Amino acid sequence: MEFITQPWPWYVAGPIIAFIMFLLYYFGERFGVSSNLETFCTIGGAGKFIDYFKIDWKKNTWNLIFVLGAILGGFIATHWLSSSEIVDLNPQTVQDLAAIGVKNAGDSYLPDEIFSVDAMLSFKGFLILILGGVLVGFGARWAGGCTSGHAIVGLSNLELPSLISVIGFFIGGLIMIWLILPLIF
Amino acid sequence: MKYIKFLFVGIIFGIVMTKAEIISWYRIYEMFKFQSFHMYGVIGSAVVLGTVIMFLFKKGIVKTFDGNQILVAPKKKGFARNLLGGTLFGLGWALVGACPGPMFVLLGKGVISILVVVFGATLGAFLYGAFKNKLPH
Repeated sequence: MEFITQPWPWYVAGPIIAFIMFLLYYFGERFGVSSNLETFCTIGGAGKFIDYFKIDWKKNTWNLIFVLGAILGGFIATHWLSSSEIVDLNPQTVQDLAAIGVKNAGDSYLPDEIFSVDAMLSFKGFLILILGGVLVGFGARWAGGCTSGHAIVGLSNLELPSLISVIGFFIGGLIMIWLILPLIF
Repeated sequence: MKYIKFLFVGIIFGIVMTKAEIISWYRIYEMFKFQSFHMYGVIGSAVVLGTVIMFLFKKGIVKTFDGNQILVAPKKKGFARNLLGGTLFGLGWALVGACPGPMFVLLGKGVISILVVVFGATLGAFLYGAFKNKLPH
């Protein structure tokens, strides 16, 4: 049990993710989470205004069920399979974050400066959360995939479009972390 | 009942995302700071094994549970869409430290504020659909 409740190392997580991809294809489907966002739009009635969303969303039900499972998995792991909330970070990371105004880095999974209810209810905090979400959703659909569809499936399948997308993920990520984030807090 | 297997696969996904701290904002931050090997190890080992899995699919050595050939749909081609879409995605991923899968896992973890991110991501997908024809692909 000790092994389960400790944080899992990369060499456990990576192979399990590959196995998840394997299972989804073995069951006749695919691995890609961001397409669910389009399904949400269709269910919400976006097809009435935009033809792009006029799809038979019921064929994506399996993926919605996968997402439901992911939510349950997050609940189960947090409540029954974890002994600590601490994320063991490189001291340099903690120091770098303190320098840009993010305190107590690693005391829990997420920084309060972005994810606490107080932050969410502030104008700036709400803007950060919604803008981050819009960028992720818009970018993923424009690129035709996110970390699962491009970085895992696409790279495994030696797809050039996925390599270009992952390079894009890094260009955007590096600009955010090195240039923009230090100005936010 | 045919969907129950996807629920189980999703549960495994949610557990591994949580236990390996992939849903932690800090793990994404440190990745872009090159201060830890963790995320590179996770994605790298998944891709290395994934390459072998894809090979088995393509050669027809592994078929679906009901005996059909497994076809992995090719990704949409286009330089602009992949580079620009990818860059916007990366900006958002680094800002909120969550890509689409982990967002839902965080919801299960009980993080209320992630609902705003999920709403934003859905709005983002909607905006893409609305402006698709005006964007380079």
